[in-house]
Amino acid sequence: MNPATALKDAAVTGLVALALFTPLVGLRTDVSPTGGLYLRQRWSDVAILVGLAFAGRLALLAWRGRRSLPTASTAPGWWEAPLRRLGAVFAPLLLAFAVLMPLSAFSWNLGGGFVIPALTGRYELDLGILVLTYVMLGWGLNIVVGLAGLLDLGYVAFYAVGAYSYALLATTFGWSFWACLPLAGILAAFWGILLGFPVLRLRGDYLAIVTLAFGEIIRIVLVNWVSFTGGPNGISGIPRPTFFGLPFSMSGEPGTFAGFFGIEPDPSHRIVFLYYLILGLALLTNWVTVRLRRQPLGRAWEALREDEIACRALGINITTTKLTAFAIGAMFGGFAGAFFATRQAFISPESFTFIESAIVLAIVVLGGMGSQIGVAVAALVMIGGFELFRDLQEWRMLVFGAAMVAIMVLRPRGLVASRTPTVTLSGRKRAISGELVGQGHG
Amino acid sequence: MATPLPPPRGRNLILEVRDLTMRFGGLLAVNQVSFTADRGRITALIGPNGAGKTTVFNCITGFYRPTSGTILLRRDDGEVTELQRQPGHRIARAGVARTFQNTRLFPGMTALENLLVAQHVPLMAATGFGLGAVLGLSRYPRAERIAIEKARAWLEATRLLDRADDPAGALPYGAQRRLEIARAMCTEPALLCLDEPAAGLNPRESEELSALLLAIRDGHAAERGRGCSILLIEHDMGVVMRISDRVVVLDHGRKIADGSPEEVRADPRVIAAYLGEGDEGEENGGA
Repeated sequence: MNPATALKDAAVTGLVALALFTPLVGLRTDVSPTGGLYLRQRWSDVAILVGLAFAGRLALLAWRGRRSLPTASTAPGWWEAPLRRLGAVFAPLLLAFAVLMPLSAFSWNLGGGFVIPALTGRYELDLGILVLTYVMLGWGLNIVVGLAGLLDLGYVAFYAVGAYSYALLATTFGWSFWACLPLAGILAAFWGILLGFPVLRLRGDYLAIVTLAFGEIIRIVLVNWVSFTGGPNGISGIPRPTFFGLPFSMSGEPGTFAGFFGIEPDPSHRIVFLYYLILGLALLTNWVTVRLRRQPLGRAWEALREDEIACRALGINITTTKLTAFAIGAMFGGFAGAFFATRQAFISPESFTFIESAIVLAIVVLGGMGSQIGVAVAALVMIGGFELFRDLQEWRMLVFGAAMVAIMVLRPRGLVASRTPTVTLSGRKRAISGELVGQGHG
Repeated sequence: MATPLPPPRGRNLILEVRDLTMRFGGLLAVNQVSFTADRGRITALIGPNGAGKTTVFNCITGFYRPTSGTILLRRDDGEVTELQRQPGHRIARAGVARTFQNTRLFPGMTALENLLVAQHVPLMAATGFGLGAVLGLSRYPRAERIAIEKARAWLEATRLLDRADDPAGALPYGAQRRLEIARAMCTEPALLCLDEPAAGLNPRESEELSALLLAIRDGHAAERGRGCSILLIEHDMGVVMRISDRVVVLDHGRKIADGSPEEVRADPRVIAAYLGEGDEGEENGGA
């Protein structure tokens, strides 16, 4: 755009601003000292505003003019090759970090007077456990939202079912964590199917609303069924996990973890065990998801997300396919819930509010729907970010919200927007652009 | 022009539609339509816009439940299925595959994945319904190899082998149409239903499509084996007249003609329906 046209355009903007601001700003009725109304005129303010509009428009045009036309090229940029190499090792590096992190909580005497001091403390370990819990929840929800394309706003309900299943079974019957874990998963999956049935015909917004309501129903039942769940007081004294029967205790007796292995009792043993427990559960979720994606069932989920009608024409039973997605997603939510209960030793309905569902869904969307590594990074960013901004106090949510908006503007389809094919003829897996991949209609 | 094959000896029907009626509220979209399709033949369903072709099609493929009438599918092994009683996904399993007027591929999945989704039913059975495959206990790897070979054969038949690992949504339009036919064929249908397969194709592509459909009919498109009966809706009269063995003409929800391409072309009622003259064929509807 040449300068003359730009000036003309800016002048038109100025005129529009003048027409708008004259009545809005220029004229104002005020109360005079004598008590009557009089018309105050503020022409200098109008002039300033019109000038601002004119200059702003001119600056905008100049900025746009400086930029060349946007290149609509999908050719790889110079940064792509090194990033791709980094991407290949990124997931193993992240995994190695996750596995080795707790070891730095202890000081290691390597002999010869060479001692590695403890680098991390209880705080880092607890944060790690929290992040991994959300990684697991994110991966579980990813099956429902990312693969099958069913928008589920009530995922926390399955988390709650898992937590209360373990808490009630353990406190009432005294069953061990390892016996209760599969039961918690099965019960959550059962509730997943129960939710799945009525919502099979719903899509998009309607599905979201019903799942949201389901999440609330579970929470409200937990609050009000005092005789069974303890109501708002929750359940306390939930047994802590044992190392396959060996309790973690500071006494160091032969029947305890420290006593059995003949090591110095240390309160961080239990934390490290919990850390590896949730790491193992999260990796199990990942392993099952990655395997299922390469199986007919996983492909059917993705096909369902892409086009439900075409699926029906190919003989895929949509009912059971959707229900399996709900059930398997819910099962992992239930596992995570059982872990949550044993870690906290106390649960109450307050832990299972809608905000939890929203956070997990945000993790999935931020990570890129359907991408395992994207979800893991998003959980780290979301939960870690929450902690990072803790010093900002009441500004925390504001900063956090702004950061999320910025990410979604820059990467509207999440951190990892592309999809990897599950099978190839050539043996070379090329990522599929997110533009082509469906997001599901609910 | 391929010479139309005569109807097979005896009554060897793959599809029998009897008194099919479909009513949407006050609108009678299909009125007492009866026709048959012969095994191993190409039957075309033609008619002006709004004649009820796609409605008949959707009834046969289970997307609509007809108001009344019966639709019988006789498989090669003699099994007879009443299609109008089956839930949607059962119809594909009974041996009816279809394509859509506007292609409905899985755009974010590769061409190969599209063809593997089409083989979901046998593959799923091979996995022990999901569980066994996760644990790595089943015959799944072998089943998948066979499925990939089948997909490769159909990709080759539709000249898409070099695009096998490209996302379906990134294929050119003509290729998407061919991929949809390949996907339908991967379900091993007894009857292939095509809804306007030549729509939007250029003359050279329609020529190729005709050749492909004739090869599918005769069973030498991809896997040597039994042929497949075809039912198609088409507006491109060139394609219809070139490949159809039999043509059924609908107008205003009624059947107005039924016969070989030659007969139908000469039928005055058909000409009237297409050129919009009077309604003289009315009393013969449903004949």
